[in-house]
Amino acid sequence: MSERIITYAEAVREAIGQAMEADPSVFMLGEDIGVYGGAFGVSGDLIHRFGEDRVRDTPISELGIVGAAVGAALTGMKPIVEIQFSDFTAQAMDQIVNQAAKIHFMLGGELAVPMVLRAPLGSGTGAAAQHSQSLEAWFAHVPGLKVVMPSSPYEAKGLLLAALDDPNPVIVLEHKLLYKTSGHVPEEAYRSEIGKSKVLREGNDLTVVATGVMVSRTLEAASQLSTEGIELTVIDPRSLTPLDMDPINASVAQTGRLMLVQEAPKHVGFMAEIAACVSEGPAIYSLTEPVKRLAGLDVPIPYAPQLEKSVVPQLDDIVSAAREVMRGV
Amino acid sequence: MVFTHSAGREISIRRRNTLEAYGLGEESAFCTNVHLSASQFTLVHCHNWSTSAQSSTFVKVKMATITPLTAPNADSVSKDKEAATAALESLLAIRFFEEAVDGLFARGMMHGTMHLSIGQEAVATGVCAALRKSDFITSTHRGHSHCIAKGADLTRMMAELLAKQTGYCRGRGGSMHIADVETGNLGANGIVAGGIPIAAGAALSQKLQGKDSVVVSFFGDGATNEGAFHEALNLAAVWDLPVVFVCENNKYGMSFSTAKSMKVEKISDRAAAYGMPGVTVDGNDVDAVYAVAQEAVDRARSGGGPTLIECLTYRHKGHSKSDKNLYRTKEEIEFWKTKDPVGIFETKLVDQGVLTQAEVDQVTDKIRGEIRNAIQEASAAPDSDPAELLSSVFRQAN
Repeated sequence: MSERIITYAEAVREAIGQAMEADPSVFMLGEDIGVYGGAFGVSGDLIHRFGEDRVRDTPISELGIVGAAVGAALTGMKPIVEIQFSDFTAQAMDQIVNQAAKIHFMLGGELAVPMVLRAPLGSGTGAAAQHSQSLEAWFAHVPGLKVVMPSSPYEAKGLLLAALDDPNPVIVLEHKLLYKTSGHVPEEAYRSEIGKSKVLREGNDLTVVATGVMVSRTLEAASQLSTEGIELTVIDPRSLTPLDMDPINASVAQTGRLMLVQEAPKHVGFMAEIAACVSEGPAIYSLTEPVKRLAGLDVPIPYAPQLEKSVVPQLDDIVSAAREVMRGV
Repeated sequence: MVFTHSAGREISIRRRNTLEAYGLGEESAFCTNVHLSASQFTLVHCHNWSTSAQSSTFVKVKMATITPLTAPNADSVSKDKEAATAALESLLAIRFFEEAVDGLFARGMMHGTMHLSIGQEAVATGVCAALRKSDFITSTHRGHSHCIAKGADLTRMMAELLAKQTGYCRGRGGSMHIADVETGNLGANGIVAGGIPIAAGAALSQKLQGKDSVVVSFFGDGATNEGAFHEALNLAAVWDLPVVFVCENNKYGMSFSTAKSMKVEKISDRAAAYGMPGVTVDGNDVDAVYAVAQEAVDRARSGGGPTLIECLTYRHKGHSKSDKNLYRTKEEIEFWKTKDPVGIFETKLVDQGVLTQAEVDQVTDKIRGEIRNAIQEASAAPDSDPAELLSSVFRQAN
């Protein structure tokens, strides 16, 4: 049987549609998600299938939208909020950080906020500094939020359906460069487990952990490097919170080398947490080379294409960095 | 020793960490964890010191309760004896609860900070008299009054403030974060205006589910300068949501007066910007508050959309525990004490012949007793348990 190939955006839309069909409490709210179809075309025709009550266009009002989702989630609904660009979550941070993340714990456990917040992150579209950030570490640093970063069409659907099953607030950070990429996505409603890292390729020389768009870039680099005789293990954590370190530690114990790839600025980035976790356990004794972090420069994302590309790791950067680790540079 | 289910049998937790139950010696059981269920039955996990046996037992804890507020069978609360008595109980419970916690704090027996609504009791009381148990509220950092008026259990509130495991938040929230699922209280909020968009969302939820519940969002004057207020009112208006926005205008956002913080004369004027009715009312008059609240709640319930109500009131105490009252005069405070909502309501009831002075005194004694009982019961409860912290951040999937 041939594999069905659809885009990342279609996979997200399919997950939303299947969740809405299965559960009348699921609804979506966000800016321009109705007849416009979403800024990145994710919601598409959902308004025609489910109506404007359940595919709810909102005023430009991120704090209000997320607050409304929190209130709806507290009282029996399962909202999916779409924030047009993840940068705009800054407008809604009180409701995400002080309300959604804390209500279950702070109020004693009887209330919960089963809310999904989807937002595209990342650079590569020439939209400059206020539309291109990778802010995953902000959310991962707040107890009470689960954070997932789907790196492929398959994970876009599987992680979103898992997020919708979760009784807690889940931040789903989709990469905007991935929306138009295609891959195998089963038609049935399946779940990717939140809190399980996924080993995407196994090799004996170097363990590489990557997130978001860096996962596919790293897999491409791994194919190139394989022709040179360098074999990579590539691991996608998929969920930043909760974080599953087991396959990473196990792989490091085997390869003795660790490279970490993220688009976000290096300073206090999520990959620092992975490095710290490895260094806290026995896997550190297996390391034969220092840990290599390949990350975005610590600058705002610039506009000009040559500037923008130079700020975040590209395919060649990953290949070169891996060679350096192997050479012990 | 065998632990048995003793559902319905009243026990009291007399001493800290010591469970004296029927069939259990005073020192025989160590109370390690207490789950308060939605009912008055409490699941207590016990560890028997002599045998190391562990077990669980259901016990019934004394709950301090006041008569739930009820809508009057008349055009005002003070004309209906049953509703008036319940309102008086609410006013006094808020007053005595807060005087008690103020005293406990002053004596170093209470931790943290708190924001007292003494002087503002008529707002929560008048509004909640217009609500059903199935209606929802969101509340504020100054939230004891809303919580009590919506029907919360005084013992669990007191236990929360005393950092006990039996508190509403199991000791994790304290004064600023009490919620009560059973009475539709979606939570007090430490963030100014934080609850207002949540109220709009809860109202959207009622509408989407085809329910006829109404949501009331309480907030202070300071909150109306936050973006969250404006975004939430706009959403509620454009979606015709069943929500009532109740502003307790006590003249100061902490120390900053409304005269300096806004250019409009009345907070209710801001309703016009969102196309909803706005009304200003004497917030120290239970009847006046009830009247506008009832109208707004009826409108919301019947699909007529939101209302902004501004209740003019005053807090007799400072903003919080650090307040030296440098921003207002003694004369102003004394003036507002002459407009004390509790005294005004008592006098009105006696003057109108709805209650005799003896009946007012009887209600007063009853509520004082309930507060005493709440303090005793809460003080005897086990301290909140650090062992469950890490497992409480996320709700476990079913």
